[in-house]
Amino acid sequence: MTNALMASLQPELPEGMAEIDPGDTVRVHQRITEGRNERIQVFQGVVISMRGGKDPGASYTVRRTGSHGVGVERTFPLYSKNIDKVEVLRKTKVRRAQLYYLRDRQGKSARLKEKRFISV
Amino acid sequence: MKGILGRKVGMTQLFDDSGAVAPVTVIEAGPCYVTQVKAEDSDGYNAIQVGFEEVAERKLTRGQLGHLKKANVPKLRFVRELRLPSEAGHALGDVIKADVFAEGELVDVTGTSKGKGFAGGVKRHGFRGGPKTHGQSDRHRAPGSRGAGTTPGHTFPGTKGAGQMGNKRVTVQNLKVALVDAERNLIAVQGAVPGPNKGLVIIRTAAKA
Repeated sequence: MTNALMASLQPELPEGMAEIDPGDTVRVHQRITEGRNERIQVFQGVVISMRGGKDPGASYTVRRTGSHGVGVERTFPLYSKNIDKVEVLRKTKVRRAQLYYLRDRQGKSARLKEKRFISV
Repeated sequence: MKGILGRKVGMTQLFDDSGAVAPVTVIEAGPCYVTQVKAEDSDGYNAIQVGFEEVAERKLTRGQLGHLKKANVPKLRFVRELRLPSEAGHALGDVIKADVFAEGELVDVTGTSKGKGFAGGVKRHGFRGGPKTHGQSDRHRAPGSRGAGTTPGHTFPGTKGAGQMGNKRVTVQNLKVALVDAERNLIAVQGAVPGPNKGLVIIRTAAKA
């Protein structure tokens, strides 16, 4: 963003969103409004893609393996106001930005290696 | 009828409280100054002339400087006229800020569209061009017939064809004001607005709301 006016309109990131990267296992807490009731739905899986950078239209895709080994992917807008928070459960070492190869894998070959942190 | 001048900043997306997203054009609007008031009695019609964007004195001619001095306003780059049903309520030197418009109001936005140069019929009017295959040569983007032959013996005026496209005054009607911030001189309208970023735009109350 080049213009200060435009930059001032940049939406705020939901809680915990700043830390997520491709390869992370995350829990996305989504607010769902049904009539008058509001509840939180959790979607847990691996972030396999983040696109759009810091653009207001940016999004990320979370993949989880559902029952009977069926893959389920959901794409969320990065700046969505319906996301209550995002928890990062695990960070892994990955060598590409889009982990679409996970779609073709299951079981052992779909594992990702955890990142080791050096505490400063 | 209200109006303000501004510069198009660019497009972005805004989320509303329900989480829905809207495409908006951000406009740096105002502050504008009333530089002349025209009344039915003296000028034959009612209008105000408003100026926008301060500029160095050396950028203006003596005629422009003299005109602005009469209204006792800063040196302004742009001066445009807004037709009004009545000139009452406006005085020389009045300041118009972005908050003349409220969020949710409908406005018309006028600008100068991006120039595309001398464009062919396919780009300019959406002609379909000729067939791409079956032995065609040089006919792919041709406009086809411009009319009948010996009778009438000429092309009718107004027939669509190639020519200058863009770089012309365009008004987009009934855009919803999504955001107003007078402190930052900011107006955001939902939808696209003619012209390039940094282009001058005129925002007015919608004529056909």
